[in-house]
Amino acid sequence: MIRLRLLALLLAAQALATPAVTSPAGAEEIFVSNERDNTVSVIDGTSLEVVRTFPVGRRPRGVTFSRDGRRLYVCASDSDAVQVIDPDTGRLLHNLPSGEDPEQFALAPDDRTLFIANEENATTTVVDAETRKVLAQIDVGIEPEGMAVSPDGKIAITTSETTNMVHWIDVPSLKAVDATAVEQRPRHAEFSRDGTKLWVSSEIGGSVAVIDVATRQVIETIRFEIKGIAGDRIQPVGITLTRDGRFAFVALGPSDRVAVIDAKTFKVLNYILVGRRVWHLALLPDESRMLTTNGVSGDVTVIDVGTQKAIKSIKVGRFPWGAAVRPSGSDRSAGAAP
Amino acid sequence: MRAGGERGHGATGRHAASARAAACLALLAGLLLPALPAAAAEAPLAIHYLERRIERPSPLNNEDPIPDDEGAAGTELGLADSNATGRFLGLSFALTRTLVEPGADLAEAFGKLGAPRFVVVNAPAEDVLALADLPAAKDTVFLNVGAPDTRLRDRDCRARLLHVRPSRAMLTDALMQFLVFKRWGRILLVSGTEPADALYAEALKASARKFGARIVGEARFDVHGADIRDSALREFALVTRSPDHDVVAVADEAGAFGTNLVYNTAAPRPVVGTQGLSPAAWGRAVEAWAAVQLQGRFRKLAGRAMRPIDYAGWLAVHAIGTAAAKLKSLDPAAIQTLMLSPRFEVGGFKGRSLSFRPWNGQLRQPLFLLWPGAVVAAAPVEGFLHKRTELDTLGLDEPESACRAFGGRAG
Repeated sequence: MIRLRLLALLLAAQALATPAVTSPAGAEEIFVSNERDNTVSVIDGTSLEVVRTFPVGRRPRGVTFSRDGRRLYVCASDSDAVQVIDPDTGRLLHNLPSGEDPEQFALAPDDRTLFIANEENATTTVVDAETRKVLAQIDVGIEPEGMAVSPDGKIAITTSETTNMVHWIDVPSLKAVDATAVEQRPRHAEFSRDGTKLWVSSEIGGSVAVIDVATRQVIETIRFEIKGIAGDRIQPVGITLTRDGRFAFVALGPSDRVAVIDAKTFKVLNYILVGRRVWHLALLPDESRMLTTNGVSGDVTVIDVGTQKAIKSIKVGRFPWGAAVRPSGSDRSAGAAP
Repeated sequence: MRAGGERGHGATGRHAASARAAACLALLAGLLLPALPAAAAEAPLAIHYLERRIERPSPLNNEDPIPDDEGAAGTELGLADSNATGRFLGLSFALTRTLVEPGADLAEAFGKLGAPRFVVVNAPAEDVLALADLPAAKDTVFLNVGAPDTRLRDRDCRARLLHVRPSRAMLTDALMQFLVFKRWGRILLVSGTEPADALYAEALKASARKFGARIVGEARFDVHGADIRDSALREFALVTRSPDHDVVAVADEAGAFGTNLVYNTAAPRPVVGTQGLSPAAWGRAVEAWAAVQLQGRFRKLAGRAMRPIDYAGWLAVHAIGTAAAKLKSLDPAAIQTLMLSPRFEVGGFKGRSLSFRPWNGQLRQPLFLLWPGAVVAAAPVEGFLHKRTELDTLGLDEPESACRAFGGRAG
């Protein structure tokens, strides 16, 4: 997400310099992993239609891009591999060693170090995407899932879903140096753009923790309440933050809602109804629109960020899980993890 | 078929066909994980698993035996999980396993544990009560993983006895919610001859009353030691000839005949209950809410599928580990206090927080309606509402329970 924001900033800067900015592809493409179909659906950011679908490894979940947008990384959980794919053709370029059952990952700002959560064996695998070598396997808590790298590239985060902790990995030494306890089933972690805060969703706890990165202490626990929805249906998963630091969006799982949060006061402002069992979120580079993956209804909801309303639903494959926006030029930074 | 449902830990009248060696009175096996680096100098918190072995009938199908380490294997995984979490907090846990053969002295085995603070007990109801009432057990919290007897959550409850296993009432409530939801409310009940079968049948009747279903006919079936596999085709047609009904409910906890009743009924009706479509806390088909992770870890550890009693064993130890992690302490008194308080919550791969009911110590939890191939539905079934939590539509609610042992909380 940090990189997405950088990308968007670059885009904005470009737009100011040359009003008629065009990208080679004309528009963004959003890549959605379909967990049950073993495919990736590609959505055109302008027409908001699925333009192609290609097969990938088994049980694809996390997806992200290299900075130049030429390589798509896919966590193929049941194939025990991170696949590197040509996003134009869908062709598999090669597999990266990933450790067992890779679920989510995060690409460091150096555009080559991948931090991969291995859900089944309680480790985080660190892989150099260039040399295709494993740099380290770091022991973390049970069922690691959420992954994030700080904007300065110095800290990597793994959340462990059964241990209920945020693990802090020192990137230079590749060692887990600390752990912060959070509420039940932490699923996703997201750094604020300035790197001072870490947002972590707890699926069963039903909350989002905002952690001060300097002290590694939880400074705020955000809770949700939706009229007519039982509290235990509100299960926060994906988080995305706008680059101006104003809003945070949180996917609330089987409540079929996305929460809009004031990222400064941590107050919940709104709930947007989307498809069924919403997992993850992806903001388009200009942040005018956001896409949600809805696992049970098998579709993607397009949200107009300005009006905070759902404007379209796009049928994709079965159990869409992750989404990543493809950077469309070589001068741009990388896309985002889901 | 039996893998799907929960059998009772009924003690009495079992057929004597145990292939188990019965040589020793009490077997003590210390199961300590290798010391973990981050674990501080503090001694690990001792958790004990205490099991009364029972003589079980031979399985109807020899390919489907009840594993020797049922329950115990679950506690082992709970220990591994708790230590994996604990090492980040400098906490560690140790587990001992004590097996008491049929007829051997349970109190004596308990005495050998020293003054245990946490005992996961897998034993019939009368043994559970005898243990809880021992003077030496006054500082012990017991976690019942074996006895589904509703009375232990009712008039025979004990203040320091928590029930991880669902009661029979919870199981049959879950089933009845499903039947009512489907409008399959006319039930023909076929019970076996064991005391546990009678308890299951009683629970079915109470659940039918609670949710507005109807028992339209009742039959008892006695296998008489015969091999039902040879006679099922004709015998069950006679037993299930009855007024109009939507389903045949079977109460056969030991699995003496129920598996063969499926598809052998007089009318083409589904079989539900201890066999057929079974309510259970866990089963092989369960995979939602990351359950597949727990299933995978268990299979790796035990070399077989996780059964409901294994799940209860895992959850019992996991609950102790969760309380310790929450407190960042191994102080047994503090852990006990937290576990017995209404604010304690624990995860169980069921999509929501689980907690102990403050009026009778029963763990609230969603249950599954299973046949061996799939999870047919989860309970509480949609539409069954409760002012506190829908989970309290399953089993004895506060006004229904005669339990008064939990600090007068019961109404």
